Amino acid sequence: MTRPASNLKISGLQFRRGTRVVLDAIDLHLQSGAVTAVLGPNGAGKSTLLSCIAGLLRPERGSIELDGTSLHSLAAMQRARRIAFLPQTPEIAWSIDVQTLVGLGRIPFHGLSSDEEDRTAVTRAMIRTEVAQWADRTVTTLSGGERARVLLARVLAGESDWILADEPFTGLDPSHQFEAAELLRAVVDQGGGVVLTIHDLTLAARIADRVIIIDDGRIVADGTPQDALTPQILRDVYNIDAQWLDGANGTPPTIAIHGRATRS
Amino acid sequence: MTSRRWAMPALLALVVVLAILSVAVGRVTLTWDMWKAQDPVSRAILIELRLPRAILGVLVGASLGLAGAAMQGYLRNALAEPGTLGVSAMAALGAVLSIFFNIAGLHPWVLPICGVIGGMTGMAALFALSGMTASVLSLVLSGIILSALAVAGISLALSLSPSPWAATEIVRWMLGGLTDRSFDELTIATPLIVVGCIAVLGCRRSLDALTLGETGARSLGIDLNRAQWQLALGIGLIVGGSTAVTGMIGFVGLIVPHLMRPLVGSRPGALLVPSAIAGAALVLAGDIVVRLLPGGSELQLGVVMSLVGAPFFFVLLHSMRRKLT
Repeated sequence: MTRPASNLKISGLQFRRGTRVVLDAIDLHLQSGAVTAVLGPNGAGKSTLLSCIAGLLRPERGSIELDGTSLHSLAAMQRARRIAFLPQTPEIAWSIDVQTLVGLGRIPFHGLSSDEEDRTAVTRAMIRTEVAQWADRTVTTLSGGERARVLLARVLAGESDWILADEPFTGLDPSHQFEAAELLRAVVDQGGGVVLTIHDLTLAARIADRVIIIDDGRIVADGTPQDALTPQILRDVYNIDAQWLDGANGTPPTIAIHGRATRS
Repeated sequence: MTSRRWAMPALLALVVVLAILSVAVGRVTLTWDMWKAQDPVSRAILIELRLPRAILGVLVGASLGLAGAAMQGYLRNALAEPGTLGVSAMAALGAVLSIFFNIAGLHPWVLPICGVIGGMTGMAALFALSGMTASVLSLVLSGIILSALAVAGISLALSLSPSPWAATEIVRWMLGGLTDRSFDELTIATPLIVVGCIAVLGCRRSLDALTLGETGARSLGIDLNRAQWQLALGIGLIVGGSTAVTGMIGFVGLIVPHLMRPLVGSRPGALLVPSAIAGAALVLAGDIVVRLLPGGSELQLGVVMSLVGAPFFFVLLHSMRRKLT
């Protein structure tokens, strides 16, 4: 099941909070079929960018187009069917069972898809994330890693073209991080688009097809992981001494962080 | 899952049994033989007194149960309810003010409409005071503020009341009951409550989506602004309409969703209809108990509900204490 290619075009985006400019002059052309990682220091504007693309925040200036249509001209439900969003600290207010939680991802399709289609999508998402065995378990009884998988299943159940995930790996142990990354990779392999924010440089280098680094509301690097995560950029943005290390014999790369940069 | 399948039919059956009991039980017990004998007195008791009372009990109980479940879902807080958060008191204040300013007599609709306006004002004030992401603390405090304001307003109206009749009427509202209700009250309350219930039920999906928090709901395409106004309108109509004819009946909306969660699950949208049915059962049962209690005059239903509800509230609060600190 491969979906048609989709693209998101962001031009001249500016977003302010009060008088503070959080994002400025953002121009991006995102293509589906790739994992795009957005990096940058705390407060750089990563989450704000994601929220803008998800249609949750309305930028002051600039435009966001989804396959040529302005994002804000789409009805909220229509937008939600195309772009799914996984918030940074996902809230689960009630102790509902896993299946019901995953089913919430089908809300944008209400009245458009049959109960049967909804059930199939939910089951498919649960199988893909390997949470089907917990279908009747209450989410409050799950561990952090298990819950993260269930929340990812909720996003997958929407079968949207795009998945935007705000720090999806935070709080997960390395094994669960890779597991979540593999799930997002599978979405991309089927033609979907994934945009995520991330702090772990090595993980970003390994899982992303494209890395965008934001500092102080502006894009300072955009390219393949190797092009974007250079020692110079990392020093400028994070104030650290770091080095890209190619894995030996085709093993994945690592970014070695030596410490805080000594400013010359 | 198995418990969910029998829960609804069992609840409906319970409501039917309680409704029949409610029609039959009272100072005069009506039996099938009396009905068959076409005794005019028992007929009058049935049609003029018991039937409107039973129907009103179902209507008010169901809508208050629904309102409580919806408020808990919207505020993502298991302590929310129109009664405990002062919305009922605001509705009562609206009704009381219409008596105080002597406009209630102009038309039978004036008082209920004033109740609805009071209820909706209460909802709007609650949302404004506690904000969207209401913590237990800010919610309870907002409720205290609203209740205090409404009770003060009612007391003021009471002490400055223009006539003894007005004072008596005001007291009746503060206690709440289904006693001596006729089809006239029913025709006024029914449309308000039914429209309110439809508005609240229309928020089902928004309430479900809010399980994932405000951001989660909005990312699922939910227009939270609209949901908020629809709920304020719906709950305002329910609480205003029911308060206008039965006075303040608290705690129904608090107790019922808690009893239903183990039976039908915690998804807010799925909780609405079962809470309505259970609310009807609770109010009918309370009203039957009121009639069966020994003593010269009947205890008011609002008093009985509070006697049951307040300890329930306490237990709930106690079990949530860890969350609060």
